[in-house]
Amino acid sequence: MPKPLLEVKGLKKFFPVTGGVFSRKIGEVKAVNDVSFEVYEREVLGIVGESGCGKSTTGKALLRLIEPTEGEVIFDGVDITKLDDEEMRKKRRDMQIIFQDPYASLNPRHKVEKILGEPLLIHGIGDKEERQKKVRDILEIVGLPGEHANRYPHQFSGGQRQRIGIARALIVNPKLIVCDEPVSALDVSIQSQILNLMEDLQEQFGLTYVFIAHDLSVVRHISHRIGVMYLGKMVELTGNEELYNNPLHPYTKSLLSAVPNPDPDVKKERMILEGDVPSPSNPPSGCAFHTRCPDCMDICKQVRPEFQEYSDNHFVACHLYSEENN
Amino acid sequence: MEMTTPTNKQPMPGPEHQDPQVVQEESISPWKEAFWQLKKNKLAIVGLIIIVFFILVAIFAPILTSNSYQTMNATDRLQGPSAQYWFGTDDLGRDIFTRIVYGARISLMVGFFAVTGALIFGSLLGIVAGYFGRWIDMLISRIFDIMLAFPSILLAIAIVAILGPSLQNALIAIAIINIPIFGRLVRSKVISIREEEYIMAAKAQGMKSGRILFHHVLPNSLAPIIVQATLGFGTAILEAAALGFLGLGAQPPTAEWGRMLSDSRQYIQSAPWTVLFPGFSIMLVVLGFNMIGDGLRDALDPKLKN
Repeated sequence: MPKPLLEVKGLKKFFPVTGGVFSRKIGEVKAVNDVSFEVYEREVLGIVGESGCGKSTTGKALLRLIEPTEGEVIFDGVDITKLDDEEMRKKRRDMQIIFQDPYASLNPRHKVEKILGEPLLIHGIGDKEERQKKVRDILEIVGLPGEHANRYPHQFSGGQRQRIGIARALIVNPKLIVCDEPVSALDVSIQSQILNLMEDLQEQFGLTYVFIAHDLSVVRHISHRIGVMYLGKMVELTGNEELYNNPLHPYTKSLLSAVPNPDPDVKKERMILEGDVPSPSNPPSGCAFHTRCPDCMDICKQVRPEFQEYSDNHFVACHLYSEENN
Repeated sequence: MEMTTPTNKQPMPGPEHQDPQVVQEESISPWKEAFWQLKKNKLAIVGLIIIVFFILVAIFAPILTSNSYQTMNATDRLQGPSAQYWFGTDDLGRDIFTRIVYGARISLMVGFFAVTGALIFGSLLGIVAGYFGRWIDMLISRIFDIMLAFPSILLAIAIVAILGPSLQNALIAIAIINIPIFGRLVRSKVISIREEEYIMAAKAQGMKSGRILFHHVLPNSLAPIIVQATLGFGTAILEAAALGFLGLGAQPPTAEWGRMLSDSRQYIQSAPWTVLFPGFSIMLVVLGFNMIGDGLRDALDPKLKN
């Protein structure tokens, strides 16, 4: 077993809800509520879940782009939540992010040259000429002509912009890249190009990805292991094949049954959930999923299920699989 | 929408004419693009011509007229426009044309310094309030609110009353009353830019807040500031004229358009040219700045692109 590059322990992010004249705290949104997982070196960990389940917040919190409320993020043996600003700034070289929206994530007033050269500059890598060469090299690596360094972001298409976003994350030779839905803003035909590029880069540079997405087929394509999130909690975490062949948690089962099948003649039994996702500011008692779970038991309404290993490397948080019930 | 593709916007400068491919490869900065947008706007160009005209008049005032703006000719009081006195003379027999020409200096100077002062202090306060937020924002914003609660000309009068009437104090007063206008604008822009994803990206790469502020936040907040500065130029000139009219700005015998209006207002029926020309000059300059300001707003607005 390779050693974990990233260990997340009990990560929580609560956003305060303020109101009244003096902006007092009147409640909180539990966007990420006690999430723990490990990411091994050269591994792609997919995180899926529907909108608002806290997957993006998890990704940003583990880079401290959003300051976590509680929990440890141990990266390369160091708990980064305890680093001061300057130490964290230096650490960022090793942990990068690719954003969802390539239209919003590139500064419209900077040329590509500056967008890609700036990370090198602030980390003191190379002199001016070396940096220029590196920018051109990285552009070629992500499949853009080197002379495009002279252009501005608005002169590129969405897919090309996302390639620049990838190049920006890659240029400082990071160990870990958090990919925050990197293809969901792109056309389907472009998605596969970008996915394949990211896959190639991962193998070529031995990168570790935390790949956040809501599209199950995208995650399946690229991930080694997949974690499923629901309402700020991780409900299931296991290997790619295992998850698709043997989903345990009722939520995972319903998610998988929603994946469209290209063959119109195949009639499959869909598991359709009732109701809506409860508000994360007032999550249900016990298991957060009990309000919509088809297999809800009495215990689910009172006791929060532990996130535990059910079989080898297959973690699940569900009372159906806890020992007392077996 | 063929007109909006970058290639067609290209002005095709000089030798590149033969090979449009080469032109297309050239990078188009957002500022350049805004300039092309501006050039297409006829009204803005008219505004620009008016402003340039008045700037030239102000610079070359001694060449344009051989008269002095304060020489009085008792024999030529309240003369109508003629070959000798193009715009006529006022009640003290001074050449109105000469006074208008020298008045352009005063008005443009007031506009420039008042806007620059308001811009610098307003922007600094706005950036601090917007970027650091919390109690600093509360404090600065409430001060702005208090200043904006007064009608601006009333506040200016109060400030001049405290400092004493003179052109310099009028200029300071106009700068002060314009500070919250710039401050609020910059603050709101900084707050919205701060939340942009490319700012988070800059942070993710490990940039210090100073660099983020001056390389990423500020350049992206500039567009509305430029527009406001241009429009503010016109307002400042108008406010200076109003203070001058009330006798709180430039003191005689300085040729100041607002002052000229008030000094001549009793002759409005018998010698209309004494008020007509200063009034017309104020109107024209303010109109010029407003037209170019409107044009800039359209050119710099990203929503109108594509």
